[in-house]
Amino acid sequence: MIAESGHYALVLALGLALIQSIVPLIGARLRDAALMSVARSTALAQLLFVGASFVALVMLHVNSDFSVANVYENSHSMKPLIYKITGVWGNHEGSMLLWVSILALFGGLVAAFGNNLPLSLRAHVLAVQAWIASAFYLFILVTSNPFLRIVNPPIEGRDLNPVLQDIGLAVHPPMLYLGYVGFSISFSFAIAALMEGRIDAAWARWVRPWTLVAWIFLTLGIAMGSYWAYYELGWGGWWFWDPVENASLMPWLAGTALLHSALVMEKRNALKVWTILLSILTFSLSLLGTFLVRSGVITSVHAFATDPTRGVFILLILCLFIGGSLSLFAGRATSLKQGGLFAPISREGALVLNNLLLTVACAVVLFGTLYPLAMEMLADFKMSVGAPFYNLTFAPLFALLLLAVPFGPMLAWKRGDLLGVTQRLLAAGVASLVTVAIVWGWVRGGSALAPLAIGLGVFVIAGAVTDLVERTGLVRLPFATVLHRARGLPRSAWGTAFAHAGLGVALIGIVCETTWNSEYIATMKQNEVAHIAGYDVKLDGLFQRQGPNYREMIAEFNVSRDGAMLSVMTPSKRSFTTRGSSTTEAALLTRGASQLYISLGDATAEGAIAVRIYHKPLVLLIWWGPVLMAFGGVLSLSDRRLRVGAPKPARAKPRLQPAE
Amino acid sequence: MTLWFVFALMTVAAIFAVLWPLGRSGRTQDQGSQNQGSEVAVYKDQLAEIERDLAAGLIAAPEAEAARVEISRRLLAAAGSESSLELKSDLAPSLKWRRAAAVLALVGLPFVAIGVYMPLGSPRLQDFPLAQRDRGAGSGMARSLENLVVQVEQHLEKNPTDGRGWNVLAPVLQRLGRFDDAVRAYRNSLTYNGESPERRSDLGEAISAAAGGVVTAEAKAEFERAHALDADDPKANYFLGLAAEQDGRKDDAANIWRALLAKAPADAPWRPLVQSSLARVGGGTMPALSDETIAASKDMAEGDRNAMVRGMVERLATRLKQNGNDVEGWLRLVRAYLVMGDRDKAMGASTDARQAVAKDAERLRQLNEGLKTLGLDG
Repeated sequence: MIAESGHYALVLALGLALIQSIVPLIGARLRDAALMSVARSTALAQLLFVGASFVALVMLHVNSDFSVANVYENSHSMKPLIYKITGVWGNHEGSMLLWVSILALFGGLVAAFGNNLPLSLRAHVLAVQAWIASAFYLFILVTSNPFLRIVNPPIEGRDLNPVLQDIGLAVHPPMLYLGYVGFSISFSFAIAALMEGRIDAAWARWVRPWTLVAWIFLTLGIAMGSYWAYYELGWGGWWFWDPVENASLMPWLAGTALLHSALVMEKRNALKVWTILLSILTFSLSLLGTFLVRSGVITSVHAFATDPTRGVFILLILCLFIGGSLSLFAGRATSLKQGGLFAPISREGALVLNNLLLTVACAVVLFGTLYPLAMEMLADFKMSVGAPFYNLTFAPLFALLLLAVPFGPMLAWKRGDLLGVTQRLLAAGVASLVTVAIVWGWVRGGSALAPLAIGLGVFVIAGAVTDLVERTGLVRLPFATVLHRARGLPRSAWGTAFAHAGLGVALIGIVCETTWNSEYIATMKQNEVAHIAGYDVKLDGLFQRQGPNYREMIAEFNVSRDGAMLSVMTPSKRSFTTRGSSTTEAALLTRGASQLYISLGDATAEGAIAVRIYHKPLVLLIWWGPVLMAFGGVLSLSDRRLRVGAPKPARAKPRLQPAE
Repeated sequence: MTLWFVFALMTVAAIFAVLWPLGRSGRTQDQGSQNQGSEVAVYKDQLAEIERDLAAGLIAAPEAEAARVEISRRLLAAAGSESSLELKSDLAPSLKWRRAAAVLALVGLPFVAIGVYMPLGSPRLQDFPLAQRDRGAGSGMARSLENLVVQVEQHLEKNPTDGRGWNVLAPVLQRLGRFDDAVRAYRNSLTYNGESPERRSDLGEAISAAAGGVVTAEAKAEFERAHALDADDPKANYFLGLAAEQDGRKDDAANIWRALLAKAPADAPWRPLVQSSLARVGGGTMPALSDETIAASKDMAEGDRNAMVRGMVERLATRLKQNGNDVEGWLRLVRAYLVMGDRDKAMGASTDARQAVAKDAERLRQLNEGLKTLGLDG
């Protein structure tokens, strides 16, 4: 009953989505309010049905109903409850259901809170959302149906991939999907604007917060995924330039560009066409990411299972939406009204530079992701594009971007004064140079570029602080006035500062971790001591333990420094009999922002065990940075005021440039 | 029946979601919300925002003035274009379309829903949650061999040191064709029950079954250990002979099997198998039995043996189709076809083999040499 009702609810959602993709458009053409508002109620009903369907699947997993093939293949009756729930999206079918549920959630949100949108814009937006939804409902029902049944139910399930049996699965995919799918809203708005042939201030006012929401979730999702890989895979790596990681990084880069250009559009009515194009590109990259991960083009942990019909189906969806939207753009973009004007050196100009660098960086990642795939397919030649490629291409682009970041928020709208900004950033520059000097004198070894990169990170953080100091008038004004101005400062300004500082923080973490990490790899016997980065790590012994659905070998390490005992670390190796595979559970000891990391290898017959111990200085900054960025995003989102960019009045002969 | 009732309710709810806004028609059309979302409203709000920023001291007066001028200019333009849009909102001609939409919801939606659901769904199947199944397990529920195996596996998961359990499980897994699992079960059985020639040779059998009937080096090692523990262990001896045959040492194989038969009790059930194997490698028949018995057992075993050999050969062929790099495997396959008297297939296999390893000069050379010794030249 639960299974079939869930299945039927999904089918009904498809039916509603089909109606939602046609009727409101007819209504918009006839300017009929009743037909247009069909979009709203169907979007809400769709959310209700997909939600019911998703809840049904969760219940089936929780009840271990092995008469459902999806549950049988991915669950086990002895699995802890939390993994029974997270296992719902720990497989292809379930994760696609989560994808459409989130899509329906966003559609429902637009329907519920879109009262202040022009009726026809809302109708168009929801219709486009329904196109996407219909395509994916069909995809799920036809090629990856989670509600298929087994007539003679087996008594036990096949269990979830052990690597996925972790709390990370509860957080990472939903966050990432909220990000991916969130960009569908700006996509729908862009298509709606192209279809209506006009793009007005209400458009920009709506797109920015939605983009911001998606961006916040995507940022957190990527950071979370990276931290999960770091502690679960047992190699201490946090980013592998794996195609699947790139698939999430590309929408992030394009989305970051979109966020900034949407800002220009809202505040200054400029960069309209560019914003539309970025909206399309960002969501296209999200779809591409879905295709790469879900089609089995790439075999990795993320691909769960591979099935060619799925790949072809998603490829069709991909071609339809990306090709369709881009040709619509090509046909209609010229008919859109051009926006405001600005001088090349101005806040707008700085944001254009930001957009340029981000899109080029995104293109680089796209190339690095697709080139090896194309080579393998066309020339039957296996190759991998890894860190060296990105260090040569992506890193310089980002260094340039980071160098420009502090200048952006300090330039005035419409026409800026680069020299004045440089003077005001002098303090930040000095701070970063001093840091470079100190780092150079203090540490030995590592790349000569590392201190420079740290200096760059400090410059970005100091630049963000300088911006706040300038705006509040700290130093030059009395303290009471400063406090008053700080309170009056829009939260979006604080958000900008936090997000930009987050970039610097992450950069420092990345540089420190990659340059000065130390590792110790050896086979250790009981009571043997390893010395690493000033810590003494002693192996106390090995124990066996029985978990709910696995057996576990635990190694107990005693960590001390200068003779003082610090902590006990217990990394372990779990073996899961049902899947006949094992996972390593690394043990982490956090000291400030640095971490000591122990993971286990294979045990030898004599009771010794292979051990990998890493000391990773300031590694946590890598993830604190994105958290800071997301916090900045939340601050900016909480700022409900309208965004107006007051232009700097022209003094001398103004020389204006067209916006696009 | 309740299921269909639930379906009907859901369908009605979905239809209602489409009909509701249509029924409200244009009369409740919210003029307020229409205006609120318009461009003009946004610009008006922006103007108010500038005043607030100016009062808070966030922007200076000249900047505020410039912004006001810009926004006012846009406001005027927007007001112009919007009034021209308002004029078009005429409700009368769309009544026809509203009816069409209503019909679409009333007829199309249930039609699509049933049309998609019926081929995919299984409305007759009940839910089978774990709790309910445990109760029903003793009575009506089909307790197939697989389910019993799963229960034993669950038991062993909790008590992995139960040697007797592994002993029971391993041959069942072997029979079910889950050879890899059987290998693990036999290994566990050896660990917890201790060494015995039978377990060693059972393990070896499972390993070679997992390898598609090929006595691999790993399997051979197990048989040799069993042989060392008990020189008369029949299974170990048989498979050592098979290994010798698969390596092409037919005389060794014949010797091993002849010795095995000599020591074997007359009523041993595996006698016919060994005899037919011996016949295959060209060893003499055994005179100890009457001609009739030999004929009977030979007939009986012939079918079994052929089926077994053919199965092995087919497995090997499919494995090679997936992974053609294994020169040894190809040679074994060609040899098998020759032994079975199927020269055409042998020629076909050798052509396939040449194609599969064509890229690797070293392998190709090995293959050609091997084929030469088999008498298949070019």
